[in-house]
Amino acid sequence: MTLLIVQLLNGVQLGLLLFLIAAGLTLVFGVMDFINLAHGVQYMLGAYLGVAFFGMTGSFWLALVLAAGAAGAAGLVLEWLVFRHLYGRDHLDQVLATFGVIMALNEGVRVIWGAAPLEMPMPEVLSGSFQLMPGLRYPFYRVALIVAGLGVAGGLAWAVNRTRVGMLVRAGTSNAVMVSALGVDIERLFRGVFGVGAVLAGFAGVLAAPLVAVEPAMGDNLLILAFVVIVIGGVGAIRGAFVAAVLVGLVDTVGRTLVTDAVRVALGASGAARVGPAVASMLIYLVMAAVLAVRPAGLFPAARGA
Amino acid sequence: MRRLVPVVLFAVLAAVPFLPLGQEANFVLLLVSRVMVFGLAALSLDLLLGVGGMVSFGHAAYLAIGAYAVAVLDANDITDVGVVLAVAMGAAGVFALATGAIALRTRGVNFIMITLAFAQMVFFAFGALSAYGGDDGYSLAARNTVLGWPLLKGRGYYWACLAVLVVAYLLCRMLAASRFGRALRAVKQNPARAAAMGFNPVALQLVAMVVGAMLCSVAGVLLANGAEFVSPAYGTWQRSGDLLIMVILGGAGSLHGAIFGSAFVLLLEEGLGRATEHWRLVFGPLLVLCVIFFRGGLAGIGGRRG
Amino acid sequence: MAEALLAIAGLSKRYGALTVTHALDLEVVAGTIHAIIGPNGAGKSSLIHQICGTVRPDEGRIRFAGVDITRMAPHRRARLGLARSFQITSVLPEFSVLENVATAVQAQGGSAFRFCRAAAGDGVANEAAAHQLDRVGLLPRAGVVAGRLSHGEKRQLELAMALAARPRLLLLDEPLAGAGPEETARLVGLLREIRRDCAMLLVEHDMQAVFALADTITVLAQGRAIASGPPDAIRADPAVRAAYLGEAH
Repeated sequence: MTLLIVQLLNGVQLGLLLFLIAAGLTLVFGVMDFINLAHGVQYMLGAYLGVAFFGMTGSFWLALVLAAGAAGAAGLVLEWLVFRHLYGRDHLDQVLATFGVIMALNEGVRVIWGAAPLEMPMPEVLSGSFQLMPGLRYPFYRVALIVAGLGVAGGLAWAVNRTRVGMLVRAGTSNAVMVSALGVDIERLFRGVFGVGAVLAGFAGVLAAPLVAVEPAMGDNLLILAFVVIVIGGVGAIRGAFVAAVLVGLVDTVGRTLVTDAVRVALGASGAARVGPAVASMLIYLVMAAVLAVRPAGLFPAARGA
Repeated sequence: MRRLVPVVLFAVLAAVPFLPLGQEANFVLLLVSRVMVFGLAALSLDLLLGVGGMVSFGHAAYLAIGAYAVAVLDANDITDVGVVLAVAMGAAGVFALATGAIALRTRGVNFIMITLAFAQMVFFAFGALSAYGGDDGYSLAARNTVLGWPLLKGRGYYWACLAVLVVAYLLCRMLAASRFGRALRAVKQNPARAAAMGFNPVALQLVAMVVGAMLCSVAGVLLANGAEFVSPAYGTWQRSGDLLIMVILGGAGSLHGAIFGSAFVLLLEEGLGRATEHWRLVFGPLLVLCVIFFRGGLAGIGGRRG
Repeated sequence: MAEALLAIAGLSKRYGALTVTHALDLEVVAGTIHAIIGPNGAGKSSLIHQICGTVRPDEGRIRFAGVDITRMAPHRRARLGLARSFQITSVLPEFSVLENVATAVQAQGGSAFRFCRAAAGDGVANEAAAHQLDRVGLLPRAGVVAGRLSHGEKRQLELAMALAARPRLLLLDEPLAGAGPEETARLVGLLREIRRDCAMLLVEHDMQAVFALADTITVLAQGRAIASGPPDAIRADPAVRAAYLGEAH
């Protein structure tokens, strides 16, 4: 029971981390019709820059702000150098070019910081844990991650639904031609959305750094999980990304345990040791398949065209 | 003129073992075998991408499935290549049928992300198979045999790769020119028009996916035999990306171009790898430049397209 | 009287608050041309989409040649003998003109799942394709890649592709859009000649052509049929004049 609660919390926390990455990815795709594989690299850059700035300043908070900003700047540089040549091109071209960017940056990180994993300490204020219920302590840091994730989600929802720029973003998602016909500088809107997405991914990277190994290609797996989130949530939809991210987070933590237990009941301990982990690791993809079988456009597809 | 290109290509491949290569002979034969095996995998992807218009970003999954068919049967003391091929192709076909039926409910970028996600599922599932070494992989006890004869050794392996490649190429040529292939190309160019003519786009694409998957699993079987080792790394998403690059650089839809693409990528890797261990730092930007400046890949540099 | 070739009953389609088809009844009798006219946004294209199967109606039934096709996939409707031209020209741009039409012939004749013999060597299909190209006046361009045709030629090609399917009903979505006066005259002549082989549902803005060709005209406004009848009756209908014709002049 206590284990289940811990995993529920961990699942929500993983989900919110995924949301930070998926949000930028889905907005960029929704507004610009641009599929950016290199988005996971922003997350990795965030983590590495966080470690680097922490080494320089000795302050986690300063490192957080500087690294998120620097990751955003790096994103804008990439946009200027590479991505803007790919708007309006075939999705296949976008996939290949951004794949090349991943290759180069993963290797670049390896050249600068080495292949060995780096560590990032937690900020002192949040390094303790507190008693959630009798016999169960939960680290402050993870709670802080959940709060930060919820805060960003709330802020994004407000920005997209209540502000003028948000209105343009939503309009751009359903009809980019119309938005540019309204006389809006669509390129500036693109850059803005892109920069926000890059900052969010970098922010997620720094936040995750104390919990994971900071190593080259650390963004790749998260990128694919973010794709699963977007596909389940519906491309271009912030609300869908949020719901799907939490769902994927929960399935990957709570579901993993439940399935392993179920397999143990069904096959006995030795069979479970063989098959359990394999089945459990397939779980989120099976959930994705199930969602798509019922709703091919995802849970909350952004209205297109009409 | 164009018809001669594949003939010359295969003639050169057949002549390689007779060249006076001296001490380098083994190395060259292994490298060219590798080019042929990945050429086979890329060829099978070209059937999906170039003929059927499906941007599958998960093709390496079938390489892994083929390789694991070898490993699983090896662990059970079955080494006959006939049995291995039947199991590999059967498993790959079933997997393609199940995942393709879901992926083909969607279009465009969703299809790319979903095929990627399903391949990742295969990758993690194999990594969780502790009976076959988990992430560390599994060393084969012996190479596969042909009716009890150990023919897949030394030069026999080279000739086997060449024979399979030629047969697969002729098969793909026949399929592409057949009524099925013409209908498939119609779907690629204009799915709505093809459906209005009376073709069932999903059924045609699904059949192409299954055939492509089966062919690619044969490449997986060959790859495992060449290395005498199998690991989940056969199915990484980077490998799927490499296959896409081969097809695009070679010129999608030409079939024999996929083999050139494989040669180009593998030889470039080899060459750059000799110069620096960080060859990806060069390859990545090169790929980006190729995509941005040469639409349609290497084949598009001389030819006229779009 | 036998059932009409195409019988639509109580068809409705809404997008949120917008109703594009409102409890529509419509019949197309074999061997006739039925034209649909109406101002922009009247729901003409939505109707075509629902008949072809690319859009699902919310309510109502569509029967074609005695079969309920309301929920049938587009390619299966095509195999029943329902062919269409697209409002925005839609050909297979990488194929030659002849290949385009031959593919359409093959789509109707037997299974697409034949894997061995080369499709380009199918003499019967090629001959049938050449015949249709001759009919629309495009035979001299048979070897050209379709993507390089002029706009008007693409329209002709589309018509040849639709005809190659030997349809029982041809859905034509603005076949004269963008055509010059000469081309229009030729296409009108062609449509008149085709009528002997198959019925047509014609959506068109060119009123002269519509009144010259149609046996029956239905006027749509905001998703409803406000009038339906022979051309003379439509011309005289006060509601139509108020809602549509008056506005046009």
